[in-house]
Amino acid sequence: MIEITPSIIEALAFYVFAVVLVVAAIGVITARNQVYSVLFLILAFFNSSGLFILLGAEFVAMIMVIVYVGAVAVLFLFVVMMIDIDFKTLREGAMRYAPLGLVMAIILMTELFLLFKASFGSEPFENHDPLVEQMTNTQALGSVIYTEYIFAFQISGFILLLAMIGAITLTQRTRSGVRKQNIEKQVATSQDDAMSIRKVEVGKGIE
Amino acid sequence: MLQDLSAQWTTFWAQNCTGFCNDMLMPLFWIVLHILTTVGVLLGAVAYLTYAERKVLAAMQRRQGPMTVGPLGLLQPIADGIKLLSKETIFPYQANKFIFILAPMITFGLALIAWVVIPVDQGLAISNMNVGLLYLFAISSMGVYGVIMAGWASNSRYAFLGGLRSASQMVSYEVSMGLVIVTVLLCVGSLNLTEIVMADRPWWMVIMLFPMLIVFLVSILAETNRAPFDLPEGESELSGGYMVEYSAFAFALFFLGEYANMILMSAMTTILFLGGWKVPFGLEFLSFVPGFIWFALKVCSVLFFFIWARASFPRYRYDQLMRLGWKIFLPLTLFWVVFVAGVLIYTQTLPFMAENMEKF
Repeated sequence: MIEITPSIIEALAFYVFAVVLVVAAIGVITARNQVYSVLFLILAFFNSSGLFILLGAEFVAMIMVIVYVGAVAVLFLFVVMMIDIDFKTLREGAMRYAPLGLVMAIILMTELFLLFKASFGSEPFENHDPLVEQMTNTQALGSVIYTEYIFAFQISGFILLLAMIGAITLTQRTRSGVRKQNIEKQVATSQDDAMSIRKVEVGKGIE
Repeated sequence: MLQDLSAQWTTFWAQNCTGFCNDMLMPLFWIVLHILTTVGVLLGAVAYLTYAERKVLAAMQRRQGPMTVGPLGLLQPIADGIKLLSKETIFPYQANKFIFILAPMITFGLALIAWVVIPVDQGLAISNMNVGLLYLFAISSMGVYGVIMAGWASNSRYAFLGGLRSASQMVSYEVSMGLVIVTVLLCVGSLNLTEIVMADRPWWMVIMLFPMLIVFLVSILAETNRAPFDLPEGESELSGGYMVEYSAFAFALFFLGEYANMILMSAMTTILFLGGWKVPFGLEFLSFVPGFIWFALKVCSVLFFFIWARASFPRYRYDQLMRLGWKIFLPLTLFWVVFVAGVLIYTQTLPFMAENMEKF
């Protein structure tokens, strides 16, 4: 008789999330249809947020869904649907960049492996400070992000700002001869600007 | 023989399963019951919201509205439902069938699962999670997928344009909605919906949050694709937008999802700004009325606003809609976040300020 305890359910949930996550991640790179790729990516984001919830990091999990699923992936889907990507021409040049991709993949794998080796078998980090244990997730994050890690936080914010300004300047172009609306001007018009009332005498007409 | 078996089963049950039963099954049973009740009430509310919408619109346009099916036309929503269910589901030629069917399911499912965190009365929420507000925001921001997937899978230009419009519209208005939520959070100091309702709000805080209530009300119109921001449907130019290829039950799911979303957004407004299940205006002599009735009344008043707006305003043009979202609401709400934070720090009423005094 297997006793069903919360920890077993937790482990079960972990394996479900993890398996779906890995399958979805494989789906992202193998799907032939680009829209399917993006949908698999959304599934992957979703399951990773489930893993965060299992870790007790509910704030990060929710932010993950709001930012990645709710905004970033929507724009991915938007672009993929709008642009008709011709994969034949894309594939032609793929072999030229293969060595570079391979090097990057090896570096990433080494880093992940080192990280995994360093943390494998060690006890999970738990902070038993009574001050921390009383706090909710959000409060705990807020109390360190804006005090101890303010510089790292601000720098990452500035990098994002730079990226945003860069994207806007790259895509902005001014075309001449485009007639634009000036809404303030439109709103500010009155009856006098638009029309005038004249008395017309019979048989004379108006110039 | 049978008695023997049942006796054996009873002893087996007593030995092995009572702990499991008491610890796991009973809570599960109550949760399932709670979920079923919520869904049932919600579906009933959706059905009669369509009826109310038609009656209110009719009254505003000096018509009768539905009046022949049942007394006062009260059975009209049920007749409509039966009609929709008995129709044939049509798949467009070369449509992507899997996603075509998945899209209305997502819309409807998301509108339902958000109700997990809504407290309709003191302690009457299925899950009283710490980040309830973020959960609500996350679910409502995912609502766009139903529309955009429907638009793509239908393999039709009208539907596709509707999906694209909806995607950019919802992403735009989520920005200002998020900032409005932040101003409320600053005043309350918690992401837990029950604590947001219970938090003390002095009169000046109510006045300070009032402009944000207006912004939020307009944003939820855009977020639920309702008139005057119903461009994704846009009958006049897109002949139904993302729903144009849907029929029968799939269409019914979209319809139910849209109205359930309206109710959800109204509940969100009620919790953030209108005091949830609390007696309005501090009229204590009315406190014998149970809280969920107040909650329902407040939700109904916001729903009336939805219908009122639909009857009153012509549809926006798309660039005007984008201008309102990005050039007016975004700067206004951004300024208001800074302003509210400044006022709270100046008057020393920021939540948790007393405990962390040494940091200021």
